[in-house]
Amino acid sequence: MNEVGVLRLDAVSIRLHGRLLLGPLDATVQVGECLTLMGPSGCGKSTLLNFLAGTLDPVFDSSGRVWVGAADLTGLAPERRRIGILFQDDLLFPHLSVGGNLAFALPADVRPAAQRRARVEAALGEAGLAGFAERDPATLSGGQRARVALMRTLLAAPSALLLDEPFNKLDAQLRDEFRDFVFRHARAVGVPTLMVTHDEADARAAGGRILHLQPMR
Amino acid sequence: MRLLRFAPTLTIAAFAGPIVAGLIGTLLPAFGFLPAIGGHAFQLGSWHALWAFPGFATSLQLTLFTGWLATALAVLITLGLMALLHHRPAVRRLGTLLAPLLAMPHSALAIGFAFLITPSGWLARGVSPELSGWTLPPDISTVGHPSGWPLVVCLLLKEVPYLLLMTLGALNQVPARAHTSVARSLGYGPVQAFLKLVLPQVYPQIRLPVLAVLAFSLSVVDVALILGPGNPPTLAVLALRWFSDPDVRLYFQAAAAATLLLGVVAASMALWLLLERAVARWGRAWVARGQRHGVAAGVAALGGGVAAALSALAVGATLGITLWSVAQTWRFPNAWPSAFTTMNWARQLGDLQRPAFTTVVVGVASTLIALVLTIACLENETARQQRGAARRGLALLYLPLLIPQVAFLFGAQVLLIRFSLDAGYFAVVWAHLVFVLPYLFLSLAEPWRAFDARYARTGLSLGASRWRVFWRIKLPILLKPTLIACAVAFAVSVGQYLPTLFAGSGRIATLTTEAVTLSAGADRRVIGTWAMLQALFPLAAFLLAAWLPRLLFVHRRGLA
Repeated sequence: MNEVGVLRLDAVSIRLHGRLLLGPLDATVQVGECLTLMGPSGCGKSTLLNFLAGTLDPVFDSSGRVWVGAADLTGLAPERRRIGILFQDDLLFPHLSVGGNLAFALPADVRPAAQRRARVEAALGEAGLAGFAERDPATLSGGQRARVALMRTLLAAPSALLLDEPFNKLDAQLRDEFRDFVFRHARAVGVPTLMVTHDEADARAAGGRILHLQPMR
Repeated sequence: MRLLRFAPTLTIAAFAGPIVAGLIGTLLPAFGFLPAIGGHAFQLGSWHALWAFPGFATSLQLTLFTGWLATALAVLITLGLMALLHHRPAVRRLGTLLAPLLAMPHSALAIGFAFLITPSGWLARGVSPELSGWTLPPDISTVGHPSGWPLVVCLLLKEVPYLLLMTLGALNQVPARAHTSVARSLGYGPVQAFLKLVLPQVYPQIRLPVLAVLAFSLSVVDVALILGPGNPPTLAVLALRWFSDPDVRLYFQAAAAATLLLGVVAASMALWLLLERAVARWGRAWVARGQRHGVAAGVAALGGGVAAALSALAVGATLGITLWSVAQTWRFPNAWPSAFTTMNWARQLGDLQRPAFTTVVVGVASTLIALVLTIACLENETARQQRGAARRGLALLYLPLLIPQVAFLFGAQVLLIRFSLDAGYFAVVWAHLVFVLPYLFLSLAEPWRAFDARYARTGLSLGASRWRVFWRIKLPILLKPTLIACAVAFAVSVGQYLPTLFAGSGRIATLTTEAVTLSAGADRRVIGTWAMLQALFPLAAFLLAAWLPRLLFVHRRGLA
């Protein structure tokens, strides 16, 4: 597990072609807390997540700093931030098996191979998918795929978790189940979690503070 | 990663520089300046000699007739077939069916087509002796007919599949299905819907391939050598004949002919674009008239019929070279060989080995270099989120497809000789790269740009380095289009005749250069063997490209 600490945003601003899209935004997300960002389309919610993950499109100008605990992540390459992100789509790598997807996320220092396999099997067990390691991701149901995507993110031992409307594409019943699954695991891992959503029910289920973003004029 | 930013410049420099230098190297001797062979002053003597050449006017006329007719018919047949099929599920299978034809080198197909149409060919055998009464091959002119019709038909055999494939790709970029549904709900037939709604959206995307077909048809050398008339031949063949003449004074005349061909191609493209505008204006008025029925459906059906006939000819040509390569005796008017043998192959094995090896080495080397450059350019685009201007800069990649080969390869050869780089593998690989790179880029750019960047972001967020994300996520997901693009590139390399001839100074032999040379008069069983092997290599590359991802990802439906 990486060093876990408070996720802090200091005066984060994002501009597009000189026009202020978002900010300046100050926020803190405590360890184990889930902060929900809500706002209409175009207010920059997903752009903010990309900024935090270090994958902001270069057409945007950004300023401000991102911290996790005492570590300043601003300017770090995405792979060095260890910020896990879950998208609307599960984005399981189609060329890898279910187990291969999970193993891809495991840090390299998890050795030997037997231990890696055990970690993968344990993650699958937690997701209710024991014995699915060799399965093709394309043969899983939507809910199963979503659970694998979360387990993959968590296996990378992130120091913070970003949720980019991850429940949007699931039907009502699956949505409730998966929501519980995500928040239960996020709390268990004890990382600060930042969720972007349009859905009030998602925000309520997260059980944390809600921050409303407004589009800039 | 930082080095990626130099990729587009390096890629353009790898071939655009030598092309420009090659053009200059052709233009200068066209006006009398080539000190190495005594041309110290600018003068117009070479042009006077060109005008005075007895067959010049006929050669020019033949070039224009064959080039324009082949292009116009290829476009009409393609659009006719697409108008008939665009709304049918079968259209999706068309791409797979076209792949073997596209893989076949022009010269191999030309040899097969020649086997069909010669007086003792399969077509004559098919009607002899019962229908024609011929017990001996008739005394008629087919291959090398002064009108150039065999050249036109053979060009159609290759250009129609190429344009069909380009149109299929373009169809995916526009809401063709939805617009056709709307048009049909308004009472238009599918052909009218295609011509009035879909074609105006699709055509801008196939304009470049159409212009490339025009340039190619006007300046093709290997097919014209095999099927075109010999006295006088087309302008491109005439220029090559003079370039290859032991009398170096003819170089000036050759350079003038090559320069004239460049002008002919440029003027033809300009005229084509003007005609496009005229047709578009007429088309707008036609659409505005709101007619639901007309002759369009009949014309499209005719185009479809011609396309079917062309397919039959292509299959016949391929079967022809296959049968000749294993025929022991095949006397006229027998429709089939009376005896088969593997001895044709056994006898040729010794001669085939070296050119086959060279073909593979040059093909693999030029494909790999082109692949690295293409991926570097596309990754640079991704890393810098380039759009617009940067991509337009890479449009220069298509330059070699729009310029007659003979117009710059001679100048490039002079350049290679100047730096003592000619007649070696380096020169031949570079010359192939010039033509391989655009096709590889064209094939790979669309799937590469369509790659869902969130896969990479997910990989990065899991702590993988960019390098690992590239090798472990992006490349495997894009393996199929990457291998298909490589197969296309390899096929392009295998088919290169003139670049091998010039850059290799006639001393580096590939299957294509040998097959074209043999087609001038060797035993059909020998020619069949060489043409067959020439066609088999690209086909093997396509099969490998299709089979390897299936093997590697046999249990991954998401990559199907």
